[in-house]
Amino acid sequence: MIDLRINGQTYEIDTSTDTPLLWVLREEAGLTGTKYGCGIAQCGACTVHIDGVAVRSCSMPVGAIKQDQKIVTIEGLSEDGSHPVQKAWLQGDVPQCGYCQSGMIMAAAALLSQHPQPTDEIIAEQITNICRCGAYNRVRAAIRQVAVELAKQSSN
Amino acid sequence: MTAGTSLSRRYFLKTTAAAFGTFALSFAARAPAETFDPTRAPHELGGWVMIYPSNDVVIRISRSEMGQGSLTGLAQLLVEELECDWSQVRTEYASPRENLVRGEFWGDFQTGGSGSIRELHEPLRQAGATARVMLVAAAARLWDVAERECSVAAGTIRHMPSGRSVSFGEVAHLAAETEPPANVSLKRPEDWRILGQPLRRLDTPDKLTGKQLYCIDVALPGMLNAAVQSCPVFGGKLRGFNADVARSMPGVRHVLTIDDTAVVVVADRWWQASTALGAVEIEWDPGPYTTVNDATISDRLREGLDAEQGYSGTTVGEALSAIEGSERVITADYSYPYQAHAAMEPINATALYTSDRCEIWAPTQHAGACLETIAEASGLPAENCEVHRLHLGGGFGRRLYHDYARMAVLIAKQMPGTPVKMIWSREEDMTHDYYHPVTRCRLTGALDAEGGIAGLHMRISGQSISGSIAPHRLVDGQDPRVFHGLYVGEGNGTLSYGIPNLLIDHVMFNPSIRPGSWRGVNLNQNLFYFESFVDELAHAAGRDPLDFRLEMMSGHPKHRAVLEAAAERGGWRQAAPEGVFRGIAVANGYGSYVAAVAEVSLKDTLVRLDRLVVAIDVGNAANPELIARQAEGACAFGLSAALYGQCTVEGGAIQQTNFDTYRVLRLAEMPRVETVVLQSRDFWGGGGEPPIAVATPAVMNAVFAATGQRIRHLPLAGSGLIPT
Repeated sequence: MIDLRINGQTYEIDTSTDTPLLWVLREEAGLTGTKYGCGIAQCGACTVHIDGVAVRSCSMPVGAIKQDQKIVTIEGLSEDGSHPVQKAWLQGDVPQCGYCQSGMIMAAAALLSQHPQPTDEIIAEQITNICRCGAYNRVRAAIRQVAVELAKQSSN
Repeated sequence: MTAGTSLSRRYFLKTTAAAFGTFALSFAARAPAETFDPTRAPHELGGWVMIYPSNDVVIRISRSEMGQGSLTGLAQLLVEELECDWSQVRTEYASPRENLVRGEFWGDFQTGGSGSIRELHEPLRQAGATARVMLVAAAARLWDVAERECSVAAGTIRHMPSGRSVSFGEVAHLAAETEPPANVSLKRPEDWRILGQPLRRLDTPDKLTGKQLYCIDVALPGMLNAAVQSCPVFGGKLRGFNADVARSMPGVRHVLTIDDTAVVVVADRWWQASTALGAVEIEWDPGPYTTVNDATISDRLREGLDAEQGYSGTTVGEALSAIEGSERVITADYSYPYQAHAAMEPINATALYTSDRCEIWAPTQHAGACLETIAEASGLPAENCEVHRLHLGGGFGRRLYHDYARMAVLIAKQMPGTPVKMIWSREEDMTHDYYHPVTRCRLTGALDAEGGIAGLHMRISGQSISGSIAPHRLVDGQDPRVFHGLYVGEGNGTLSYGIPNLLIDHVMFNPSIRPGSWRGVNLNQNLFYFESFVDELAHAAGRDPLDFRLEMMSGHPKHRAVLEAAAERGGWRQAAPEGVFRGIAVANGYGSYVAAVAEVSLKDTLVRLDRLVVAIDVGNAANPELIARQAEGACAFGLSAALYGQCTVEGGAIQQTNFDTYRVLRLAEMPRVETVVLQSRDFWGGGGEPPIAVATPAVMNAVFAATGQRIRHLPLAGSGLIPT
């Protein structure tokens, strides 16, 4: 049995320690917003937060996660889609097929918590998630939009 | 597992799998209005529209939403004429089984060829108008007044003289009993208020919270999960396997084979199935095609370039004699490699088979063809089968082919009554694709004394999709579709220029690697070849590439208009910024006219894509924002292949297995894209594919302007230049 703290809930999961977090989220916790895309940490569709840091869950064995570490998935990013990144994504109508967008949003949220005013270079370096629909320019614009909002808040 | 709260219970789709008649997976396009009560039955007005007593409107959608946004555009078409309020609108997929039972009421479900809006604009607007007339007739009858005294706006019918009003929902039951009008008139574009507006997509909110379910997320009570390994060599078979270890691994229920070509492990969880599959020792008989590799394919394609005769697609004048009699002849060979679709949602399907029914949850681009496939695979009449759709995690053409749906049913058939979700690993997906076909091309052009094109011969050598996987579509053993974008005249897929002597022909060679439609299909290579070579001729003639083109376009006003629009917005006539170089291209395909200006910059051997301007005339845009997004997406998809994409063949197998070896475009490499949407009104063209035809040649022409190096063999990454 492995204890995991996901989106503020405690889960006691019966699985082997080498099971990737992705499959525990999807198949044990029923949190299917986190997506399987490549299984080798290339595409980022499986991105979640562990203690606020973006992690590619397809390559993170659950056994490596400590009981007190906080896992947040797209379902737990906000209760009602009100996280600033989700709001900017809505305003910019960012997703196309949307399959990569859970991971993209989680990557963007982690980036912005680390760099509230990211340069284009930082965005390009940090957002390496794959979107085959090619919504990249809308992603970049939405991240910039969040940065503008954050700057307004901090100056108030 | 046990969990802390009820939230953590496994999520089950609320379905009644056994009851077809009442089965409805109604996925709201957005959160339903508070008044929405699905237990109060809706009233169907003509098949495309259902109106609930709550005034909510459900529009049935026949085509699959795979990112292109046509779900929203299709709804806009209908709502413009229906005159309900946009906030009332919800959508659901039309059932392919019901379509069959109702005599193909919703027509063709195939989602491809940039066809959803351009094929459905009329039936959907008529459906909206028909339903509106029925609602007005019902209200008029209720009030015993003349229909012409009633007006309609925002889902409310008003009797103008008395000021009485009633909502659609209140009269829907009466309208449903009204005879549909034989004829309806449609609004003129200048009167549109919903159609043509840049409305936000209906499917966005659920894609931001994890709430949107894709087929890979389906969970049914008692469901098992299957992992698959098919023979890596096309045409190969299973010789034998040892699953002793796998069978004893956690969660494993069954180890099966399909068609003597695949081993399948079925387990409680997919991760268990996948892990156990890795422990199966499989021996393959690689079959007859192990000598197929890049070198042998290239040799055969070169033979096709040298062949005396080809199958003529386009013939104007006497190209060969014009070339023979010319003093100025330029020749160049080009090639375009295999490409994988690599949609982000890996191939998957969930099937449930019993002795008298078969259902599937499949991310299909053609639910009708999928229904036929599962009927055949299950051995049941199609009326006893059903295909349930959820939005697709990308399609790009791959999901027009239902090899995977058939496989899922053949697995489920071995455990009747148990739903089975089959997921292909990314590796399985990438090595068992229907690849963008492989071709080479030789272009021979003759310049006249004034520097115009006196004659041009284009020889295409290589794979035909129809010839490889749909031979019934061939005409006398040849494939006219390989010339898409290269036809002469006005209309779909035509060349932009009047050339006095022109011959375009094809020599077919179909290697064992199966090809399929890949966003843009034959436009990709055809326009890369043609528009690059026109650029070569312009430079050889010492002419500006835009002027050189424009002089051949007097008989092609629509092609010309988009080219001029792209040049104007792209600043072609102004000097480029220091260190920035431009390229240009124009095309027609999928019913639309499109041109691009690309800007690249160079630092040593590093090539950077800075900007693309796309001008597209779609005739009528249901939603110009959707067109702009499709232009961006098409550029990203096409340029991903042009810069990096290449599937290579060794021993009859595809060597690239995942995104580490099949590199795709990422955010850092994505150029700025500016889209100019033109609407010349007298036609309806597609939006999803046309820009892909011009993105690659515009960029490669800009690379030539920057480096003097002509990129004739894709991807760019193989040229010594490094895309960054």
